[in-house]
Amino acid sequence: MTKTEFPPAIKSRPVYGVLAPRPGALHLIVADGDGAAAVTDLLAKASDRASMLASTHIIYTPGPDGTDRSADLAALGAAQCYRAPTIPTLLPRLQRVLIDAHMGTQFYLAGTEGLIGQAERDIMATGFPATDIQKEHRGSTVRRVQCVHCKGITENVATDPFKCSHCGLNLYVRDHYSRRLAAFQGVNIDAEDPGQIPQSVVKFK
Amino acid sequence: MSLDFKPGAFNGFFRDETFRDDFTYRNSPEGIRRFPFPFDRDDYMYSVNMEPHTSGRKGSVFEHTFDVDEHYVSEMIDRAKVLAEDPLRCQSLPHMTLAGWDLLELIMESKARDYPQWFSLTKDGNRWHWINRPLGIDQTFTFLDESTLPYGPFEYITRQTQGDFSLQDERDNDLWMDAGMITSQADWSLDFDIGMSFMEWHAPVPLAHEKGIFDRALKFLLKLQHGAPVRRFNWTMTVNPLLDTAPETYPKWGPTRTTLSQDNMGNKMHLRVELQALFRLPRSNAVAFSIRCYLGKFEELVTVPKWGRRLHRVVRDLHPDLAAYKGFLRNRDAMAQWLSAYDDGKPTSPGWWPED
Repeated sequence: MTKTEFPPAIKSRPVYGVLAPRPGALHLIVADGDGAAAVTDLLAKASDRASMLASTHIIYTPGPDGTDRSADLAALGAAQCYRAPTIPTLLPRLQRVLIDAHMGTQFYLAGTEGLIGQAERDIMATGFPATDIQKEHRGSTVRRVQCVHCKGITENVATDPFKCSHCGLNLYVRDHYSRRLAAFQGVNIDAEDPGQIPQSVVKFK
Repeated sequence: MSLDFKPGAFNGFFRDETFRDDFTYRNSPEGIRRFPFPFDRDDYMYSVNMEPHTSGRKGSVFEHTFDVDEHYVSEMIDRAKVLAEDPLRCQSLPHMTLAGWDLLELIMESKARDYPQWFSLTKDGNRWHWINRPLGIDQTFTFLDESTLPYGPFEYITRQTQGDFSLQDERDNDLWMDAGMITSQADWSLDFDIGMSFMEWHAPVPLAHEKGIFDRALKFLLKLQHGAPVRRFNWTMTVNPLLDTAPETYPKWGPTRTTLSQDNMGNKMHLRVELQALFRLPRSNAVAFSIRCYLGKFEELVTVPKWGRRLHRVVRDLHPDLAAYKGFLRNRDAMAQWLSAYDDGKPTSPGWWPED
């Protein structure tokens, strides 16, 4: 599976590139699911692969669709490689590592938007510039969505509309995206005509 | 100072009215004459439309830096109620406190200068004494010392000032909306948008990006100088005089869009005008946006013949994407039908003043 291509969208919607090696004291890689393939591609491009691997820390978790390529990453031979069972269990480790990360650290994020967005949020909260963070989307396009009404976040939204997992309102999914929340916005679809809810369709796979 | 205003102030000038429940808000005949009608011609499309925010025609909303009108006390009571229900409507990221002090200074100095009968500010070094007579506030505090005010400086002063406010930090050649007091918004969420760049928070606006409006506006605003504020209009339509059309509460107010008829259109449908003014702040170098909302009932606006003719033509001919974005596409034909009775087809004069 290669880099995901998204249709053009509004300007708050994140855009993704292709990971490329950059000189750095530490290479911090955070990935999920099919993002593992972006990581192996990244290291294949390194001019001095052994030296890059010696200063690489990989934090990985399976994707929302169950894709688990942790064995591929473990086989790379990075200085540190960790598999977390879920994104919520991955984040405390990332936050701990960020405390010791110095300027000159290069960040590589790969996989789904939920993983990339939350890792980017935590990295930027520590003050690293966005220019030190590379992002490549691979795999599932399910969305992390905040309900604008109750503020609850629903993970892995596949359909539009969907039911908020917190307050139960039927929400349509906007492209409007908050990097601070690492979430798209969900808005009540039948607010003006209560009960008139369009057929839910799978929009994010 | 949550709901503990002492407004013995409804004495003649300030109206005692509501923006919720029984919706008793209305404009006096004098208020209608000074309504900031935003259309200077018979059609509308986006433009950057910024001009210097200098003192304008006497009695108009442009006369003073921060217009205080007959709705002041009731609007501040409404804001306090919104904040009591949802404190997330006022947020300020930690690095924005100095910009909050800048804004507090700007507003206090402006109001004390422009409305000495209602506001006074005296300074003894950093020891300041602020009196807000309409709201019954008498406060002595130390400028730049947060511990001497009941709220942070931004929340303190914007609880006493009509209009929404956001504060933009300037970094990386961009403006970042890092604080806001947003309780009279046209359907956008501060809680979602706080921390966004200029292009990000404007992302949902249709058509304007393609026209390069936001590129030009950002370039213009990055050059904004202290002491040389600018202003522009924006507008939309709102059913009932509801200041707080927030996405958070959309399920509560959304259904009102299905309650319109030719019989109630004049009273229920409101032209919602935002007078947006932008100020460069001196210490923080942040940019303050004030987004002042004026509500005019259709039946009030058509008492000015020029405005009745023009409003009909603008509503009838507006690009459907804009009508959809502004939330009135479903009612547009009915609105145009009601307004058509006030359009005799005669030409209108250029400009927005009522009788020019």
